[in-house]
Amino acid sequence: MNSEANFVTLHPMDVRKPPLLRRSVLRDLFSSAGSSVATVLLAAVFLYALPKAINWVFISSVWPGGSGELCRATNGACWAFLWDKLRQILFGIYPPSEQWRPITVTILILVMGLVTLPPRYWRRWLLGLWLSGFVVSIILMRGGAMGLAYVPTTDWGGLPVTLLLAICSLGMGFPCAVALALGRRAEAPAVRYLCITIIEVVRGVPLVSLLFVASILLPLMLPQGMSIDKLLRAGIALTIFSAAYLAEIIRGGLQSLPKGQVEAAKALSLSWAQTILLIILPQAIRSVIPPLTNTAIVLIKNTSLVLIVGLYDLLSSARAALTDPNWPTPYTETYLFIAGIYFVICFGLSRYSNWIEMMLRARNGR
Amino acid sequence: MFKAFWFNRRLRSYALQVLLVGAFLSGCIWLFINAQQNLAARGITAGFQFFGQPARFPISESVIDYTPEDSFGHAFKVGLVNTLFIASIVIVAATVLGLGLALARRSAHPLLKGCASTYIEVARNIPLVVQLLFWYSLVTINLPTAREALTPIPQVFLTLRGLFFPKLELSGEISLLWWAVLASITLVTLAFIVQKRERIVEGKAPPFIRISMIVSGGLLLLAWLVGGVSARWDVPKLEGFNFVGGSALTPEFLSLMVGLVIYSTAFDGEVIRSGIDSVAKGQWEAGEALGLSKGKILQLIVFPQSLRVIIPPMTSQYLSITKNTTLALAVGYPDIAFVVATTINQTGQAVEGILILMTVFLSISLAISIFMNWYNRRISSI
Repeated sequence: MNSEANFVTLHPMDVRKPPLLRRSVLRDLFSSAGSSVATVLLAAVFLYALPKAINWVFISSVWPGGSGELCRATNGACWAFLWDKLRQILFGIYPPSEQWRPITVTILILVMGLVTLPPRYWRRWLLGLWLSGFVVSIILMRGGAMGLAYVPTTDWGGLPVTLLLAICSLGMGFPCAVALALGRRAEAPAVRYLCITIIEVVRGVPLVSLLFVASILLPLMLPQGMSIDKLLRAGIALTIFSAAYLAEIIRGGLQSLPKGQVEAAKALSLSWAQTILLIILPQAIRSVIPPLTNTAIVLIKNTSLVLIVGLYDLLSSARAALTDPNWPTPYTETYLFIAGIYFVICFGLSRYSNWIEMMLRARNGR
Repeated sequence: MFKAFWFNRRLRSYALQVLLVGAFLSGCIWLFINAQQNLAARGITAGFQFFGQPARFPISESVIDYTPEDSFGHAFKVGLVNTLFIASIVIVAATVLGLGLALARRSAHPLLKGCASTYIEVARNIPLVVQLLFWYSLVTINLPTAREALTPIPQVFLTLRGLFFPKLELSGEISLLWWAVLASITLVTLAFIVQKRERIVEGKAPPFIRISMIVSGGLLLLAWLVGGVSARWDVPKLEGFNFVGGSALTPEFLSLMVGLVIYSTAFDGEVIRSGIDSVAKGQWEAGEALGLSKGKILQLIVFPQSLRVIIPPMTSQYLSITKNTTLALAVGYPDIAFVVATTINQTGQAVEGILILMTVFLSISLAISIFMNWYNRRISSI
């Protein structure tokens, strides 16, 4: 008999330690040579940068109430500027005596946004709320009715413009997107190719070129004497842009729907419109809510591009505020503030998107 | 008669299609006629005749040569080359850094993981324009003047006029050297392909790669000696208020590149991470059972499989990087959108300018999609 093949150990083997349920942080930080180097390097960077950052933000900085001279004298952050210019950054050159109107509009839009978040409020009345909220916002901003002074759109600016552009491009873009997505899957070749062309061309060109079309080309293409408001034109460009991107996501939802749903609707002798509205769209859209939210974030961020065609959204208003000669030009602080506003909105939405994805998955029992 | 027509599905479908296309086309024609009338009223002749005329506007920096006496056609070419230049740099850099970011986010190291996650969330949730303007203001306002330049590495100077670094200057018969470089690259690539194929077919292969590397080293040395090439570092020197000599990156280019790379790396990193995550855990365990190291498992087993998941979203990522370069307008780097905007301002040829801009990006999009689709087919058939 081959002894090697049947080798049996003569001594009992050492008892192995049970695997750790929870590894200590220290062990993770210094688990190998590489990770030790990473720990030391990162710690060094923090130790170097943190005191400088704290000094810039808190210690050498000029707090609200300070003046431009104080800001020039120090090498810290100039928070006094932001405080002094807060109204101009947030609301642009809107007449100061009427600024309760953009404030109301901003709060109204934010409240409507918050109400929309919980899925149990996804009822038909929500659509009505958004429509009436949008109309009320426009009337409040524009005035000229119900005893409000008329304010032309050239005087609008800041956060309300950003929010209005966002909800206009998303709200009007969504029905267009549904139409494009349905058209792309239509049997009629003319409809299909038209929709494919529109979607692919819009997705293939940069948003900047669409904004050029809206701001330069569109006025040229209208008959003399006819003109469209500049802000509205940018809104149209953003709407077309979001429609093309949302359409591709909705198409994904439509494709994921089993064919039996349409056949069952036909068997119940539902009309085409009933099939689409009652059977297909509710299921298709529900399944693509997470990617829709992610695209919404991208589109909200994209509203800041209207800066390039000279419209006063949040970013441009802030840049306009920086031109005051009484103050130094604290670009860094201003951009950090603007970035903070966008971050709160977009990061909040992306967390929300994760949450809703998990909830939908749990509901579908997957 | 009407009733019969309405209830005939095919006829109804045809009628609706004709109606839709007719409405779309007549809308386009209406806009076109209006545009022609308006342009005629302003005294602008439509068409591409202006292409040959001198552009008469400066372009602050360009990869290929340009003077204001050059034609508009040449100016567009300069803008396009600038766009492609910055786009390719950003695509390569963001992909490489994105891979590192994905690995950092997957690592067990809590500090590294936390930094990577924070970076991704911050970079992804702030609009690119805001980030670009932030970097531009940081470069042009917060950096020191030339006299107090930062020198992170010796002979590299960071000032508010840009980044200055030494340039390698070669003199002598250089063309021979370039041919040698080209020949070496071809040789090593060929050796790589042959050795890989041999190893797959035969199980082992002669060290083609090593041999080719030695041969090309000799080739380069030979070209150097025969051509009588001599090399010299052209070091930037402080003269007056600015640096002279060496190579320089302008603040516009620097902030556009840094901003785009930081923004795109976060997205690329997430694409790569989700690709790596999509590979089943059993693949890692099988690799460990074979006694491979973590790096080898990633390189040989996991990464090739994750490519199938990575390629499609990466394609749209590359496309959006290319389109995002048009935000150069915000910082003033002369890319194609900048040249088009300047041309429209100067000549009023808005229709032609925007048409060029759109055509350029549609062709780039098409080219990248075709290439990536071909690559994707190649990958997935393995």
